[in-house]
Amino acid sequence: MGLFDQLKNGLAKTRKGFVEKVEAIFSKGRIDKETIEELEEALITSDVGIHAAQEIVNFLREKIRKGEIEDTLSAKEALKKEMASLLGSSAPVVLFGERPFVILTVGVNGVGKTTTIGKLASRFASEGHSVLLGASDTFRAAAIEQLEIWAKRAGASIVKHQSGSDPAAVAFDAIESARHKKIDVVIIDTAGRLHTKSPLMEELKKVKRVVQKAMPLAPQEVLLVVDATTGQNALRQAQLFNEAIGITGVALTKLDGTAKGGIVFAIKKELGIPVRLIGVGEGVDDLRDFDPKEFVEALFD
Amino acid sequence: MFESLTEKLESIFKKLRGRGLLKEEDVEAALKEVRLALLEADVNFKVVKDFIQKVKDKAIGKEVLESLTPGQQVIKIVNDELCALLGGASSRIQLSPNPPTVIMMVGLHGSGKTTTSAKLARFFRKEGRRPMLVAADLQRPAAIEQLITLGSQIDVPVFYSKDTKNPVALCGESIKKARLDARDILILDTAGRLHIDEGLMAELKNVKDAVSPKEVIFVADAMTGQDAVNIAKNFNEQIGIDGIILTKMDGDARGGAAISIRAITQKPIKFIGVGEKIDMLEPFHPERVASRILGMGDILSLIEQTQSVFEQKEAEKLQEKIQGESFTFDDLKEQLKKIRNMGPLENILNMIPGMSNKMKGVSVDGKELVRTEAVINSMTLAERRNHNLLNGSRRKRIAMGSGTTAADVNRVVKQYVELKKMLKMFKGKKGIKLPKGLPF
Repeated sequence: MGLFDQLKNGLAKTRKGFVEKVEAIFSKGRIDKETIEELEEALITSDVGIHAAQEIVNFLREKIRKGEIEDTLSAKEALKKEMASLLGSSAPVVLFGERPFVILTVGVNGVGKTTTIGKLASRFASEGHSVLLGASDTFRAAAIEQLEIWAKRAGASIVKHQSGSDPAAVAFDAIESARHKKIDVVIIDTAGRLHTKSPLMEELKKVKRVVQKAMPLAPQEVLLVVDATTGQNALRQAQLFNEAIGITGVALTKLDGTAKGGIVFAIKKELGIPVRLIGVGEGVDDLRDFDPKEFVEALFD
Repeated sequence: MFESLTEKLESIFKKLRGRGLLKEEDVEAALKEVRLALLEADVNFKVVKDFIQKVKDKAIGKEVLESLTPGQQVIKIVNDELCALLGGASSRIQLSPNPPTVIMMVGLHGSGKTTTSAKLARFFRKEGRRPMLVAADLQRPAAIEQLITLGSQIDVPVFYSKDTKNPVALCGESIKKARLDARDILILDTAGRLHIDEGLMAELKNVKDAVSPKEVIFVADAMTGQDAVNIAKNFNEQIGIDGIILTKMDGDARGGAAISIRAITQKPIKFIGVGEKIDMLEPFHPERVASRILGMGDILSLIEQTQSVFEQKEAEKLQEKIQGESFTFDDLKEQLKKIRNMGPLENILNMIPGMSNKMKGVSVDGKELVRTEAVINSMTLAERRNHNLLNGSRRKRIAMGSGTTAADVNRVVKQYVELKKMLKMFKGKKGIKLPKGLPF
């Protein structure tokens, strides 16, 4: 099965709801005011957000006004193109430069940080890279144990301290240890935190500072994990995490449900942060590279 | 991010102030804004549509009450309808006449089931009951360990088995164990699952059939978007739920999912989770969540929280002082102490209407309170009563004495003066009554 098929497969449920709606809209043949309104509805119910939805719809209206779109088929193509261009070009996680390549993983509570890290570790390991996990979630009960289980599954090493210890110190030790053992990739797990809690965001800033002390170029990747089920608040999350420590990419999880994850359009548009990975299931292999074209293509196909 | 809906509507209705009846075109213009606010708050599209229609029918032709502006009148109707939709007063968890009362927690991955289970157990324990937790999440790595750790923190026993993969058998066993140990409340922490995962949903139904819980509680993340309706609908139709707990309400999500879930299931929201710590579970108050969704702050929560910290008499004394305009640095110091007892400052400030907007981007530092107190402590009694005495050399002395800088002292004085002004405004503003015990 090719990657495209796999993605389509993983997105099957996501696609279904959206496609049904869009198909229903476009099967009408003629484009009228009502069609456009229904389209707006489809976008809003996919969590694209009212502002992004209006922008996309206005784009279509303009095209229709200019006479560039007459039938539903060309409207569909134009919409696909516009939505793909909103997402920019494909931007997977790429290892570069000096080793170790350090990935700092952050996000609010319950989005699937630890699971994403586990899957990512397995993927790097299967590609032949050595991986070390840093258990910097020292707050949540049994978070360290959970990461240990994933480390074992992936065949990765782990650096951990006691529960309740300083997360920055764990991160520092993880990088030092990785350097010592000449390990390729370090993935640091952090405790879930709401972006509105300033002491916790300060703690995160400290983790980043200490990581930079251990290795000036690190973290080469700061991955914000976003739950596709989340509504408009995901944009807030991205904004505030970005302000605090600078986000370089988004991992969109739980796309195997019925949620559409449309908020990534707003995150890309407002902050320019690309989606790098998508989670489409609970299995080790259910983490995929995000490809905007395929994503939109799969949505409309 | 969000402009207050009240402010938006006020500007729409500015030109209309004083007219008698709400006209259709005015109402429509206003409801356009309401619709936008609800969609921004993640209320489901269809739910919004129905809601707007209902409000429109009620609002057109309605007389504007004397004390309200047209904007306020529309807000009032919207608010009343939202409260009605969110359900009446907060309802409690039903207890079974034959213990143990079995409570089953269900929901998606990461909605907060395990933490909420522990919070509920603590809640019952504080009420003098004997709860027991059951680690029925056999899927997520280390979920059992997490519940055991939480259980030991609140001194509630946890029933678990690391050998079984069968939650139905485990939950069945747990009831026998509860009877044996005279535990009167049993809280089952089940594994998170997708509402469209037929296998896992069937498993959940089997657990339910095996233990016949008194209440099935659907745990939902307050940040959930449009999909909340699908999730809630599936859980309700396939498992059957009796109540809802909304988690992560301490973030800045508007919580529109609450409305979507209520509208689709018609089941009561019983509690809200407002923090990571185990005691942070609060009863649900529809009117507060309604005003939060509309962006009108949460003054009621503030009042209640304040009242529990302030003694009534002191509050009255403060009220007198504010009215008599004799609010001194000593009073400020007293209030600051109280504030520190109320919990993180951001939480409190966000509850004040209009404040969440003003506080945007301002980080609140708890240490600043300590510094402020130190500055006041270094003032003479006369200075505390009359800030006009504070000239440059006095300020320098205070900075030295309190181990702060002149800038710190200036800041404290400035804040004090502004506070005093604000209090005067509170007093002067018609229609706004200072809630009893408000600390500033």
